Amino acid sequence: MSEITEAPHGDLLVMLRHAPHGGLWLREALDLALVGAAFGQSVSLLLMGDGVWALLREQGPGPLGQKGSQSTFEMLEMYDIERLYVDADSLETRGLTPDDLLLPVIEVSAPELSTVLAGHRQIFNF
Amino acid sequence: MRYALLVLGGPYSHQAAHSALRFAHAAIARGHRVDTVFFYHDGVYNASHFAAPPQDEPHLVDAWCDLQRTHGTTLQVCVAAALRRGLLDAREAERHGKSGVSLEPPFELTGLGQLLDIGQTHERLITFAP
Repeated sequence: MSEITEAPHGDLLVMLRHAPHGGLWLREALDLALVGAAFGQSVSLLLMGDGVWALLREQGPGPLGQKGSQSTFEMLEMYDIERLYVDADSLETRGLTPDDLLLPVIEVSAPELSTVLAGHRQIFNF
Repeated sequence: MRYALLVLGGPYSHQAAHSALRFAHAAIARGHRVDTVFFYHDGVYNASHFAAPPQDEPHLVDAWCDLQRTHGTTLQVCVAAALRRGLLDAREAERHGKSGVSLEPPFELTGLGQLLDIGQTHERLITFAP
């Protein structure tokens, strides 16, 4: 049974479409999500394309001198950001399954994507 | 219509900033308002006071300032994104012990909460990203 319904899903949807570590896209997108949550908005994340790599398990800060995103993702629950949508096709194309990911996610099929987008009042695309 | 623009691309490296400016002028020419432009991610480089492009190229930083002067558009820059990229107004330069000031009015440093606020107070928020 799909978890995607027509009902409103939240105030703010932040779309993550870039892989971690290569740039600041992920870090600055998550910053916006955390600020939204801190302001009391109901926030969801949607990982698409290379953005799905951000949730891969066992990522350390590594040799690039960046903080890494794992610690931020682990903080999401504390900020009441519990809806993590992942584009199912993006996962499959990269040979990944939800079991490879750090946190439980809601898989979204291509036809369901528009429902998720329509269910949020404000969308930011990173 | 009251528009706000979100610019995520640096000047010259990507088309995003140039397109955002063109959009602003086109919207205003049609009788709409572009009340706020918010610069985030590499878009903060649009506020670099030290930008000195060749004279036969459009000067994007000056073009943003003109937009503010002519149409009253507020130019807001995310402070966290700006500081890590070396864009500091007089106050931040002093706080961090830097001798230059790389961000000046009409650009103003502000927080990300302001971006969320803009999304709610304007009729449309349009993102220009690389």
